[in-house]
Amino acid sequence: MTEETLHDPQIPLPDNLLGRIAVTSIDRIYNWGRRNSVWPMMFGLACCAIEMICTQASRFDKSRFGMEIMRPSPRQSDLLIIAGTVTKKMTPTIVRLYDQMAEPKYVIAMGACASGGGPFREGYNVVPGIDQVLPVDVYIPGCPPTPQALLNGLMELQKVISSQSWRTSPWYRRGPREIPVPQLGPDLVVEPRPQNFPKTKERGT
Amino acid sequence: MNLGERFPQGVVRDERPGYSGWIVDSSLLPNVAQTLRREEGFDYLSSVTGVDYLPEDLFETVYHVYRTGGGPGEIIKVRTPRGRPVLPSLTSIYPGAEFQEREIWDLFGIQFDGHPDLRRILLWEGFSGHPLRKDWREPMYEEETKPFGARWPEGRRNGPPDRAFTRPADALAPGGWEADDDRALYAALENEAGGRPEALQTEFLMVNLGPQHPSTHGVFRVAALLDGETVVNLKPVMGYLHRCHEKIGERNTFPGNIPFTDRLDYLTSLSNNFGYVLAVETLMGIRPPERAEYLRVILAELTRIVSHLWSIGFLLNDLGAFFTPALYAIEERELVVDIFEAVTGSRMMCNFFRFGGLARDIDAGTVEAIRALVEERLPGKVDQLDAYLTGNEIVQARCAGVGILPREKALAYSAAGPVLRASGVPYDVRKAEPYSVYDRFEWDVACRGGCDVYDRYLVRMDEIRQSIRIIRQALRALPAGPVQTGKPQFQPRVPPGEAYGRVEGPKGELGFYVVSTGRPNPWRYHVRAPSFINLTGMAEMCRGGKVADVVAVLGSIDIILGETDR
Repeated sequence: MTEETLHDPQIPLPDNLLGRIAVTSIDRIYNWGRRNSVWPMMFGLACCAIEMICTQASRFDKSRFGMEIMRPSPRQSDLLIIAGTVTKKMTPTIVRLYDQMAEPKYVIAMGACASGGGPFREGYNVVPGIDQVLPVDVYIPGCPPTPQALLNGLMELQKVISSQSWRTSPWYRRGPREIPVPQLGPDLVVEPRPQNFPKTKERGT
Repeated sequence: MNLGERFPQGVVRDERPGYSGWIVDSSLLPNVAQTLRREEGFDYLSSVTGVDYLPEDLFETVYHVYRTGGGPGEIIKVRTPRGRPVLPSLTSIYPGAEFQEREIWDLFGIQFDGHPDLRRILLWEGFSGHPLRKDWREPMYEEETKPFGARWPEGRRNGPPDRAFTRPADALAPGGWEADDDRALYAALENEAGGRPEALQTEFLMVNLGPQHPSTHGVFRVAALLDGETVVNLKPVMGYLHRCHEKIGERNTFPGNIPFTDRLDYLTSLSNNFGYVLAVETLMGIRPPERAEYLRVILAELTRIVSHLWSIGFLLNDLGAFFTPALYAIEERELVVDIFEAVTGSRMMCNFFRFGGLARDIDAGTVEAIRALVEERLPGKVDQLDAYLTGNEIVQARCAGVGILPREKALAYSAAGPVLRASGVPYDVRKAEPYSVYDRFEWDVACRGGCDVYDRYLVRMDEIRQSIRIIRQALRALPAGPVQTGKPQFQPRVPPGEAYGRVEGPKGELGFYVVSTGRPNPWRYHVRAPSFINLTGMAEMCRGGKVADVVAVLGSIDIILGETDR
């Protein structure tokens, strides 16, 4: 719960000022702001996209989590929800969309297909999991995950964001930031990620 | 009709046990098709597909044709040697064969002479091999059929091999291939448009909508050639969600395919189950008990209501009324989806129909909930939607007279469902060749003659009302009794033969062509996907209109990518 409040509980405040004044650290206010204004990209691949739309609609209402609006353009979004089966034919486009998003950016693998290929894993045109090409922050199980599961995944993502620090975040540093776009040849041709590309684990410190 | 007497040379009856139809010599195919269409009145080409009979070393291409007046259809089959598979194209007689023949070329490598634009359709140019051939193996290949052997026998990993991308390894050497860059697509678009505009020294503009575009309802792409704002030519590009449904379906056991049909048109999973179990039940020669028949009808019609509500909401979304009408539609959908969850345990992927019945019975409380929904809630809500939208000035301006598909063209392009019925053809499989217990209810086929986006919207509205009417009657007549014939089986015995099961899905005629060899797995499993074939007429609807209307037309065809690309 300590992550929820803006005030840093380690800093003592006089009783009469509690709840009125917040004394906090850069990291805390920075993550507090980012965590509560994540804009997902309006990008659905398959069945899971229907549940993603239902999560946005009035019954479940994703806006309660600060995910106010879904943007169709990658330039204006912070979160890429991979909602559905990733096919080889679609992979170059997905990687290009990811590269076009501004940092800091996050990826959620929604559902069995995006996490590991799901029921279509052995298909000749199916990429067994988006993590073969993109770094993933949160995996959500289910086929398709219910809206409640997606909301839980979004709350997990908020925890990931809260645990980051601007001092160690990779997006203020030099280094390769773009993922090479795979190409369609006799099969999908994927170049390996650059050697010093930040791993998912490192991104969360 | 006896085709054998009409063409004594080169047409013979298919005598294999469990099979029916005619085997036609490939040189006679155009003549036979011409006769069927012009003289015998088989004006509707339902499905074209290939079968790879590897042991006999031949490909068979199977055509299913029907009369829109109703009644049973005809099946014609053409054989080609596997070594040199070439057939005459039927696009000049049945233009609706265009995309289906391209699909056969893509997946089987059968060439069609005289096809106007024979390119790959689901995969990309340069892909190695034709995946539905029985001797082609995918990179993650494990075994010919499921169930696969234990993956961890004696504690050691036994596949699948970790080579999802690299097949064949040597062909992927640097410089050994060229990346697909859409040159063939753009050349085809310009060729068909016939030269550039000359009067003002202007140029055509190539615009790609998608595959990431909020109005394409998923990962679908439209390549449009524009003269200013006017669409000169247009081609749908698909395959971005090609999940290898048919190849996986041929590895699966027969019951193992039921959950995969859920994922075809993921809004209407129960309707998809219906078509597949009908096909396999025809092969097995069984029928479900009465109660199961009625429950199937009730669930399939609820599915239709959900699908049409969704489609109407998102058509308005495409017209620019961003999300508000969709919210009204989704609110009603959630109520129906709750019933699906109570009945089947899942909101979307219901996996509920079985061969000879249903997975389980439904309780009295759920029946009461369905009754309350269709008697009290839905009729009023549909009227409300009607009152807000139908007379709306902007809806009329954007929809009426837009995306015209005349009656003859709609038939020729094998359009199905609301697209066909809005063009003045009262063709509905539930009336034309009634399956299950649809012949016991009183209802009308929704049909209108406007041929435009507006009438497709109105036909969907009418169909929701008719579905409510059917569900009311079915609930009243719902008998008691078992919901499964015999014992539920994990491994049903399916006798050898072929079957084509078709139902009127919400998007149109949904057909399943299944070939069994008596083994636990289907030899061939093909889906006649209405959203895929309805797109054949899309260029016709959009040509001459403005580019903004392309979005409205696409919304009115109502595609679901899981079914389009399979």
